[in-house]
This record gives sequence, structure tokens and C-alpha cells, in this order.
Amino acid sequence: MLVTMKISEVVTALEAQIVEETARDDVEIISACGADLMSDVMAFVKDRVLLLTGLINIQVIRTAILMDIEAICFVRGKSPSQDMIDMAKENGIVLLKSRLPLFLACGKLYGAGVCQGGVREID
Amino acid sequence: MEYHYAVSGEDFSLAGNASSEMKKTLKRLGLPPEIIKKTAVAMYEAEMNMVVHAGGGDAHISIENNCITIIMRDTGPGIADIDLAMQDGYSTAPEKVQQLGFGAGMGLPNMKRNSDELVIDSTPGEGTTVTMKIRIPEAQE
Repeated sequence: MLVTMKISEVVTALEAQIVEETARDDVEIISACGADLMSDVMAFVKDRVLLLTGLINIQVIRTAILMDIEAICFVRGKSPSQDMIDMAKENGIVLLKSRLPLFLACGKLYGAGVCQGGVREID
Repeated sequence: MEYHYAVSGEDFSLAGNASSEMKKTLKRLGLPPEIIKKTAVAMYEAEMNMVVHAGGGDAHISIENNCITIIMRDTGPGIADIDLAMQDGYSTAPEKVQQLGFGAGMGLPNMKRNSDELVIDSTPGEGTTVTMKIRIPEAQE
């Protein structure tokens, strides 16, 4: 069975904060993908995915727009810049921030029940 | 239907603008989501290459006969060895590009994976034209 998780539950699992301007409570995820390489995100990511990344630049938001990703969590205590926040807001993408490193963030989310891979099968 | 975009090579942060605009247009036209995504990804990678390697160029997109054709044309340095460039992981991108989350030698493979046809016509010293075709499946009744 597919476990869906609300953003509020993701926030709890990842000990994260929502970037207020981008808040939306109607987004649900079924899987997640941890990556700092945007080409990998474009090559492999499926639908209704939370992107976990430590990369801070506008291309992260643009990649999310192109891949229909509606939620991004920045890990390792990183904060998105204002132009990233503006673009995310305009495109309905929720931004989260967590102090956890990528590995622990993925692990906590998995432990909370998001066990589906966020990427297509790799041949 | 035809669409044109000028791709600026001046500012890396603008790379992807044309692809984002195109995606919005495809959405408005009501094309199937998987076709929109394939087109957006293929075009975004091509646009990124154009900005990074060729100082920008032109994007021309046409939609007709159940096929989306993307033609990306630049007057950059060209690709010396296309077979080598097509290999997963082969990259000549500067470190600055890797910091953006690209430049890992996945651009051309991603373009190939997302298009039904990919033709690269490149002459060193003159430029590169990348043509990608994405077929739109007939709607299932």
C-alpha cells in the first residue's frame, strides 16, 4: 500500500521548519529523493516526491518546477535565498529547512513510513 | 504551432527560463503530463548545455502531426567527438556548473532518454544544432 504523508508530518519527521512564505498544507508526498545533482533528479525522479537536497541555487527550484516536485527540504541547515523563495512561492512549491544531514533526513523519513523510492527503476 | 526563445548565455541563473516557459505553454495546450515532462527535461538539459558551453543560442519548438520538435541552435565551439560526449559521465563542464548541480555528464544521455529522436549536428568552431523529437501518443478513447 502506498503511504502518503502530509507536509505537516514531513516537518515533524525531519525536525524541519517551513519557509513561511511558501507554506501550503494540501501537498502530500508518497516518496522522496535525496540528491545534490539536479541531472540525477531529472533522470530518475517519479511523481509526488519530496526532494531532499543540500544544494542552494535557483536551478534547484527550476528543476522542481520541471519535474512537478511540490516540496523541497534543504538539509544540513541550509537556507534558500530570497529569489529561490520567490520562485517557489510563485510556482506553489513548499520549502522546508532541516538541520539534519542528508543521510539522517532520509533515514528519519523512511522510519516514519515513507519507504517507497522516489526514483524509477534503474537498469 | 511554433515557438521561439532566445537563450541568453550571460547569466547561468537564467538557464532553464525558456524550458520553464515552454512547459507552461505545453500545460496550457493540455498535452499529456508525461509528454510535457519529457519535453521539459530534454529541453532544459539542452538549454543548460547551450548556456554553459556555447554562450547561449536559439530555441525553436514546433508542434504538429502529433510530434513536438525542439531545435536548439548555437554558434559555440561545437562538439569535437559526439560519441564521447554521449557517454554517461563524460563532461567538459567547468566547476562553476557543477556547483549548480549539473555538469556530471548526464545532459546528453538525459536528452536521449527523454526524446524519441535525437540528432546532433556539430561543427567544431562553428556551432551545434540539437534536434529532438517527442511523439505525442494518440489519445486513448
